Amino acid sequence: MRQVWIICKRELNSFFDSLMAYVMLIAFLGFTGLFTWLYVADIFLRNEASLQVFFGISYWTLFFFIPALTMGQLAEENRSGTIELLLTKPVRDRQVIVGKFLSTLILIAIALACTIPYYITVANLGPIDHGAVISGYLGLLLMSATYVAIGIFASSISNNQIVGFLLAIFIGIFFHWVFGMLAMGISGIFGELFNFLSTQAHFDSISRGVIDTKDLIYFFSMITVSLVATEGILSKKHSS
Amino acid sequence: MDIVIERLTKKYGVQRAVDDISFRVKTGEVLGFLGPNGAGKTTTMKAITSYLVPDAGEIHVGEFSVFQNPEAVKKVIGYLPEHNPLYPEMAVIDYLRFVAELHGIDKSRIRERILEMVTVCGLEGEKHKKINELSKGYRQRVGLAQAMIHDPEVLILDEPTSGLDPNQIVEIRELIKKIGREKTVILSSHILAEVEATCDRILIISKGKIVADGTSDDLRKHAQGKEILHLTIEDADKNEVIPALQALDTVDLADLTKGTENRYEVQSRPELSSRKAVYKLCVEKGWVLTEMTPIVTKLEDIFHELTMN
Repeated sequence: MRQVWIICKRELNSFFDSLMAYVMLIAFLGFTGLFTWLYVADIFLRNEASLQVFFGISYWTLFFFIPALTMGQLAEENRSGTIELLLTKPVRDRQVIVGKFLSTLILIAIALACTIPYYITVANLGPIDHGAVISGYLGLLLMSATYVAIGIFASSISNNQIVGFLLAIFIGIFFHWVFGMLAMGISGIFGELFNFLSTQAHFDSISRGVIDTKDLIYFFSMITVSLVATEGILSKKHSS
Repeated sequence: MDIVIERLTKKYGVQRAVDDISFRVKTGEVLGFLGPNGAGKTTTMKAITSYLVPDAGEIHVGEFSVFQNPEAVKKVIGYLPEHNPLYPEMAVIDYLRFVAELHGIDKSRIRERILEMVTVCGLEGEKHKKINELSKGYRQRVGLAQAMIHDPEVLILDEPTSGLDPNQIVEIRELIKKIGREKTVILSSHILAEVEATCDRILIISKGKIVADGTSDDLRKHAQGKEILHLTIEDADKNEVIPALQALDTVDLADLTKGTENRYEVQSRPELSSRKAVYKLCVEKGWVLTEMTPIVTKLEDIFHELTMN
């Protein structure tokens, strides 16, 4: 665990040193702020004290931002050869991967924490369902963790960051949108299957305030599968 | 800590990068790994650090098997990979701290170790700079510093002096020698003079096989076999000199050096030296001997001979 934290700390520092973290925070807050408060279907137009608009915007904003954060995490290490340096220190492949995963997740959590003033503002404007807000944030965090894991997997495949980004988007879009679409069009067992695979379905149910074990199992198994697959790719890279 | 490598084989596709290599490095020994590009030096080193899993063979570092207990092996090894990869956006001191923490150095000792490495590797002026602001020579020093920060029992250095200026090369060689007195060091290089100056033992590897193993003197003797002298004898008739030289007991072959009137090349019989006999002969006959140069086989020649076949 100590090794994981050391790796995680370095990654976080590197996000902030390279300005990546600031760009991400500003862009995320700007984007969600604009659509939550000022533009088209904003909170005032809806005229209800809820953060559903914000959660809906974040659902898509994070989908595109996360691959940008994860794309270099292993691709850059592979390209520059620092992965060799790292893995010849007393660290396991798994600790490196989990450390990187946590660092990105912490950055996302910081970004989400910066939106707590939205919550406070809305709570002052009218009666808000506190439970729904908390579970909405939880849903965003779980969804982010899933895409971070997918992003890191995509990043491990090639030495090229752009490939890492595009691959993460490509894999992600199936869970984010395509499976949900298919589930709506197909009935029966396949419909059920696609519905289970869709992030949207699980995110929606959590952000409505219903925390079901089925949803938790979905998110945790997605994260585990992605990270285990990454470990497989990484160990294959340096053993062959 | 001894390193024992037994029947190590690593294939890339059909090509055998390392082909059934076995050797042993003892504590207090600096082993120089010499070979042309693509001979298998780096592959062998990567296998010792547990980064690369070979197709066959066994490596032990001290009592630990590299494949069964990589974590224990990684702790005692300091490794400078080829091309010296580093995190460009990190400051030197932060980077050294990161490596020290990974090695699990006690918190109270980290500062002291970093300062020691900064001093030893001559990084005082650059310790707060980011790595991407450093010149190649300084990056190499950072690479060495990170390899030695946990005071490892075993040092594996892949081309440690590449990119350094001549003064730095001398410093780093001295440092390696010093470390090599107590620790086990393996270094690779394609600079022959460097290996000769730094290493107690040289291993020449070519196409994945060991072609020579020994001290630089051993290798010379092995390649040279016979002593060759260049002589210049003045005030003498060459038709008289050649038969006289040839008649000496220790001389195998004597002849005029091509294109000259009074220079001769004398090859002795194996394991024998003709220097004294030649001198005595000249005194006896009243010839003026103005030059007698033994030809030393250069390491370059040995290297060339061994790796070109």
